[in-house]
Amino acid sequence: MMLVFALFFLLPLVFVTIVSAWDYNEYEMLPAFSLRGYTDTFEGCIAELPGLCTILKTYLKTLKLCLLTWGLTLLIGFTVAYFLAFHVRSKTWQIVLSLLCTIPFWTSNVIRMIAWIPLLGRNGLVNKGLQGAGLIQQPLEWLLFSEFSVVLALVHLFTFFTVVPIFNSMIRIDKRLIEAAYDAGATGWQTLVNIVIPLAKPGIVIGSIFVITIVMGDFVTIGVMGGQQIASAGKIIESRLNALQFPAAAANAVILLGITIMIISALTRIVDIRKEL
Amino acid sequence: MGDKRSRSFYVLAAFFAAYVLFLYGPMIAIYILSFQGPDGGLTFPMNGVSLVWFSKVFAGAGIVDIGAAFKRSLKLGLVVMILTVVLSVSAGMAFRKSFRGATFLFYVAIASLIMPSIITSLGIALEFRLLDDFIIKSGAEGWTTAMGLFTSGLGAHLTWTLPFGLLIMFAIFNRFDGRLEEAARDLGATPWQTFRHVVLPIILPSVVGIGLFGFTLSWDELARSSQAIGSVNTLPLELQGLTTTVTKPDIYALGTLTSAVSFVVIFSALIVILVLQARQRRHGSDAGKGMV
Repeated sequence: MMLVFALFFLLPLVFVTIVSAWDYNEYEMLPAFSLRGYTDTFEGCIAELPGLCTILKTYLKTLKLCLLTWGLTLLIGFTVAYFLAFHVRSKTWQIVLSLLCTIPFWTSNVIRMIAWIPLLGRNGLVNKGLQGAGLIQQPLEWLLFSEFSVVLALVHLFTFFTVVPIFNSMIRIDKRLIEAAYDAGATGWQTLVNIVIPLAKPGIVIGSIFVITIVMGDFVTIGVMGGQQIASAGKIIESRLNALQFPAAAANAVILLGITIMIISALTRIVDIRKEL
Repeated sequence: MGDKRSRSFYVLAAFFAAYVLFLYGPMIAIYILSFQGPDGGLTFPMNGVSLVWFSKVFAGAGIVDIGAAFKRSLKLGLVVMILTVVLSVSAGMAFRKSFRGATFLFYVAIASLIMPSIITSLGIALEFRLLDDFIIKSGAEGWTTAMGLFTSGLGAHLTWTLPFGLLIMFAIFNRFDGRLEEAARDLGATPWQTFRHVVLPIILPSVVGIGLFGFTLSWDELARSSQAIGSVNTLPLELQGLTTTVTKPDIYALGTLTSAVSFVVIFSALIVILVLQARQRRHGSDAGKGMV
């Protein structure tokens, strides 16, 4: 197992870092030290101050999509997990309902994205329904191939990653603690804020790490649901690769990696992953 | 908390139902649309019912060679599944005793799981490109590339499936009663016999679960494959390519077929797990009780 990870994970990461500092021309990479990959990436950034250059705008947009998705998945994931953990009483039902949430995770992401097209398209169900109800005259254009549809699809795809760890933390909470809180006169809301949320924190953090890292590096969902029009950190790497500019792609990967590691290390300050398994 | 359901139960139950609808609704929509009549378009309403789009997929009309991609994905998925099961179970066993580098391996696995896929993919692509350059420079005649489905592609998939397998093994062995093995040893079983007759039967349902993850994750994997697969494409890659070019319901038919494979695999795995658990219970051993 170590060998697999060494060959296909650690070594590739090393190469990414090395190649990011190589020179390149139109069609191949040249093994000579150069920071061109990085300087090209930030081209025009200083000239355009105080305005934002393309690359910074792209990263900000990625961050924005990431935060939106994170907030929504966490909210939905927490509520679903809370229902499963505290309101579903029989074990069998818990298993059945959890499976219900898991099965889509085992099916194709691309198909789950395509699935939104007949609903959100110009002649889709949502637009037809709203027009039929007389609420709108023109079809809404922002439903599909927009930031809205990207976030919607991301939430649709990845809420699973928050449900599982939060549920896992929640079923370990001693039910007597909650009863004690009620007996001591706490309202439902107070119990939630003071007992359930702190005890479910490990699950919340783990779920957050999953969602954030996936969305930061995503280029497929943003590509398909954004109609290939919305730029993101992952898409920059992809388009550099399509242009065969490997060092530039690698430089972007290193930057993305740095940002991701910063976010994760901030989150892991709060919780020790190893202890929670 | 008495026996009566509180009002919050119904609110949350409604929320849960809405979530499930949100999960399944769009998928069901395209399954229905894939039976669109010959004149139907990409959206509702249905223009009659037919199997026209399925036959188009099988005939390969207008679409790249889907059948070949289908077979490639299937083969790769099976190999990934087998390797994931074997490697995860052995690593899981190894982790029960502490060994040198255990913590390191654990963190590498976690890192591999949460690393943005495009970075892993790019890294593997670079690795193989440099390897090719090296081989060509050292004078191999007619060498094209080491990159391919079962080299770089397989590796890319394993970096994604193995962490899941390992985590499942951790969850199993955290609840595993080590005294069972001691008992087997005391009765004179060799380590292999202990594993074969005591440990394996108990963990078998979860091992099937690992296999399920191994196959389905590989079958649907896209982001990691994107740069690392070489000249041929897997099914999800073909599908992604089609999203930008195809304007007919055949893409839905293809989606329905792909999902059908997923569902067959999922349900057969679940049935196997249920049968195994039922057998454990029927044999009246207390062995299964240590597990979920």
